[in-house]
Amino acid sequence: MKIGVLALQGAVSEHINMVKSLGVEAIPVKTVEEIKAIDGLIMPGGESTTMGRLITKFGLENVIKERIKEGMPVYGTCAGMILLAKRIKNYNQFSLGILDITVVRNAFGRQIDSMEVDLQVKGLEDPFHAIFIRAPVAIDLGSDVDALASLEEGVVFLKQGNVYASAFHPELGNDPRIHKMFIESVKSFLNK
Amino acid sequence: MEEIFGSVKVKRGLAQMLKGGVIMDVTSVEQAKIAEEAGAVAVMALEKIPADIRAQGGVARMADPALVKAIMNAVSIPVMAKVRIGHFVEAQVLEAIGIDFIDESEVLTPADETHHIDKWKFKVPFVCGARNLGEALRRIAEGASMIRTKGEPGTGNIVEAVRHMRMVMDEIRKIQNMSEEELYVEAKELGAPIELVKEVKALGRLPVVNFAAGGIATPADAALMMQLGADGVFVGSGIFKSSNPRKRAEAIVAATTYFDDPKIIAKVSEELGEEMKGIDIRQLTEDELMQVRSE
Repeated sequence: MKIGVLALQGAVSEHINMVKSLGVEAIPVKTVEEIKAIDGLIMPGGESTTMGRLITKFGLENVIKERIKEGMPVYGTCAGMILLAKRIKNYNQFSLGILDITVVRNAFGRQIDSMEVDLQVKGLEDPFHAIFIRAPVAIDLGSDVDALASLEEGVVFLKQGNVYASAFHPELGNDPRIHKMFIESVKSFLNK
Repeated sequence: MEEIFGSVKVKRGLAQMLKGGVIMDVTSVEQAKIAEEAGAVAVMALEKIPADIRAQGGVARMADPALVKAIMNAVSIPVMAKVRIGHFVEAQVLEAIGIDFIDESEVLTPADETHHIDKWKFKVPFVCGARNLGEALRRIAEGASMIRTKGEPGTGNIVEAVRHMRMVMDEIRKIQNMSEEELYVEAKELGAPIELVKEVKALGRLPVVNFAAGGIATPADAALMMQLGADGVFVGSGIFKSSNPRKRAEAIVAATTYFDDPKIIAKVSEELGEEMKGIDIRQLTEDELMQVRSE
């Protein structure tokens, strides 16, 4: 099993280290060929406008969409969630249009409103200590989108088919449970 | 559910989100929009870019809060602004208007020749310049959430940024080869806390994100700094002192992502127009150097 972390910009090494700590191979990917050769893709946190421009400029849009259609699991954190969304409130920017959600960017405010908080997550017994950084939230979820965790501002962790997205950053903490969840879905994709 | 604001993780975390990206100096709303459209991960709001500060002389201070606020309202990406070294009230002012990141910067005229700002007191993260590992660790000990090389700002000359990045990397490698008992004397010589020296040995890198800054003017300059181990780059005067800022900014963004792909760097480097003229550092006198301000 090989997990790719989209390495256009952002918190790439943090995801790679987290996946590796679970005994799974993880590599940075930033070309069509590299994205074709992986079994699961993580789209990391960073600046969604920057990554969106690089995805279009370097022609990665189609390969990512095709792989998702094939059933390859994808997990977007923060900027990754924005890039996977169908609708982005108030901003005219690129996204892959996969998740049937509306993303509200910077939903909590500016950096001084960034925070850590314990979250109840569907499928996890104990709360998950979540780190939010200039984070978005999801609203107006389509009927096939599962809300897995929410705060007052909106949904912060969700799943639609083979695509996961979180507004917070499990890669910045040391709790691997959400990465484990994702790796399990990659396992079942490979077993199909 | 208790929310924790301004923690170390949250402050260092924003810097981690900027990795692999380009932070651009801007002096107007119009420039900030160009930077965002070109793919900047953040902008640095300034009254004057370093090249003009250098040319005009006088005391350089924090930008007008009205200008900073206008830029914050104009773009969706994080906005940074500079304060004078040691000027904690300028930092309080920027925090009060909701700035995302503060650069305690040698580009402005220092306000305190002995003390830097106690950055632990702030919820907003700080970035500070460093020329070597000792300086970097002292700034981190004071609460900096991000480090950048000082380089020699406003010169369009990469030589000092290269020197500073190589120095930090060399010193980290040296520490990794030391035995535990050698670290105490090393900490003393670096003028840095032993706990941070031990952390550097364990991590094999700085405990915070480390960007390159000072003199980056071309896509190849940005890629050079990335190949030398920078986590990302600041471009100050290099973009808006060139003849085609938008195209050059886009090219530097691409070269920072594909820093290890010379074919892409070659392609984006074509026909960028005239770059900023640049200054030979050897022609600057000792008191014209910004990098020596406060260690």
